[in-house]
Amino acid sequence: MSGNLTQWLMSEAPASRRQAVLGNAWRGLLAIVFNPAALAGLCIVAVLVLMAIFAPQLAGGISPIEQNLASRLAPPSAEHWFGTDELGRDIYARTLHGARVTLTIVMLVSVVVAPVGLAVGTFAGYLGGWIDAVLMRITDIFLAFPRLVLALAFAAALGPGIENAVIAISLTAWPPYARIARSETVTIAKSDFILAVVMQGASTWRVLFKHIVPLCLSSVIVRLTLDMAGIILTAAGLGFLGLGAQPPSAEWGAMVSAGRDVILDQWWVATIPGIAIFIVSLGFNLLGDGLRDVFDPKSS
Amino acid sequence: MITVKDLSVTFQNSGRSIHAVRGVSFDVAPGETFGIVGESGSGKSTVLKAIAGIIASSSSALEVDGRSAAKRRSREERRLMQFVFQDPYASLHPRQTVDDILREPLIIHGIANLDEKVSAAIADVGLSPQHRFRYPHQLSGGQRQRVAIARALILRPPILLLDEPTSALDVSVQAEILNLLSKLRRSYSLTSILVSHDLGVVAHLCNRIAIMQLGRVVEVVRAGDLRVGAVSQAYTRELIAASRGFTRAVT
Repeated sequence: MSGNLTQWLMSEAPASRRQAVLGNAWRGLLAIVFNPAALAGLCIVAVLVLMAIFAPQLAGGISPIEQNLASRLAPPSAEHWFGTDELGRDIYARTLHGARVTLTIVMLVSVVVAPVGLAVGTFAGYLGGWIDAVLMRITDIFLAFPRLVLALAFAAALGPGIENAVIAISLTAWPPYARIARSETVTIAKSDFILAVVMQGASTWRVLFKHIVPLCLSSVIVRLTLDMAGIILTAAGLGFLGLGAQPPSAEWGAMVSAGRDVILDQWWVATIPGIAIFIVSLGFNLLGDGLRDVFDPKSS
Repeated sequence: MITVKDLSVTFQNSGRSIHAVRGVSFDVAPGETFGIVGESGSGKSTVLKAIAGIIASSSSALEVDGRSAAKRRSREERRLMQFVFQDPYASLHPRQTVDDILREPLIIHGIANLDEKVSAAIADVGLSPQHRFRYPHQLSGGQRQRVAIARALILRPPILLLDEPTSALDVSVQAEILNLLSKLRRSYSLTSILVSHDLGVVAHLCNRIAIMQLGRVVEVVRAGDLRVGAVSQAYTRELIAASRGFTRAVT
């Protein structure tokens, strides 16, 4: 049965639209699975997602915000796997719940950044002329701001919190996507297959969204996965400085910050969330590298 | 069907302007196949793209089907003529199946019976139904050019513009594509303009041929005259001599 299915998916002569699309997706999936680095990245990201979804169950009913001052700063033990922090909260439960905060920030930022960057870049690249000049100069201006400093100023002005952290990160993260999308669009726009749809009478919108955007999408997705590590670190940085997620919600950056005072005597308070940030950033980077190999037509 | 008068095309390249086409004029009668030949850089493809409206040009008259062809063309005007490009490896969207590619013009023009029309178009150009859901990278050069021809003809345009449709193909495949084109031209009574650097191809397919050199039309000859060498310009004679290939000087 599975042999039949594989044959059906790998068919060189698909019999329906669905089979052609699924077959192409299957080939892409195989390419990721057979690339060890990409597979490792994919597994780490999958584990992160599962951790975030099932955080209450995995924590075994321990609340991430329940304080127990009697057992504060307890070392890792059978009762508290990763020890407790300065308010006696279980670090294992807090790390699991921190995955939710991290994933929320990463998802919200990508949902904002990728479409904005794609729209600005493809418009500028396809329409050219003064529209291109204006849009790209705006992009340059945003690109000139130091990322963390702008995010800091923004979070400080709007008040600390996850939503404002997301807005602050998005504001500084979109310009590279516009640059990528524009350079891809400039080369695609001159190609014969775009001229062919123009000759058929397709509107500018149709050419942009149906023919150019799908070709820019792969490089934008690759850049996004590679950027996610940076987004996580910026979010953690904001959290560390007290401008991201607010107490008592568990956020990895804020947890590292809280452990800073006791890092020599109670190392686990800062180290455990630090390790979580490290592993997740590494996972996204590996996945991004793998996706780049898969999407790059020249590599295969 | 097509009237071109004093067509000029100028490209701006880093401050310098290059006159690619200067004052080209000709008429194409309904049902006629008009050829344009010339060496590389003579401006023959540029003339074709200017008529198609995909590059900017200036002319005292550019009429298609009795109406003046505007610079910005409406959807209906676009439908009058379709284009077949030189390189079949660059003219098909790499992420779309043959089905998607053929569907697109029908969707743009709001034509019903998509499925029937697409499968008829595939059969028309000699492809089999199993090619329908393949991606361009799963097709050979000749098959891709057939898809490009099917895409150009699926809207049933009265005019077909062919920009060296066979020069990127194998010699054996070239003959197949040329035969397909002449068959389709007859069955749809198409008016067409064929650009080529191959005198044999144009003499075989076209009724009249314009010979271009350095952006100007040197002369317009009938295909029969070209075949027997009854031409008036020295440049045309040189071109004919060159097309016969290398001849060893007899001593």
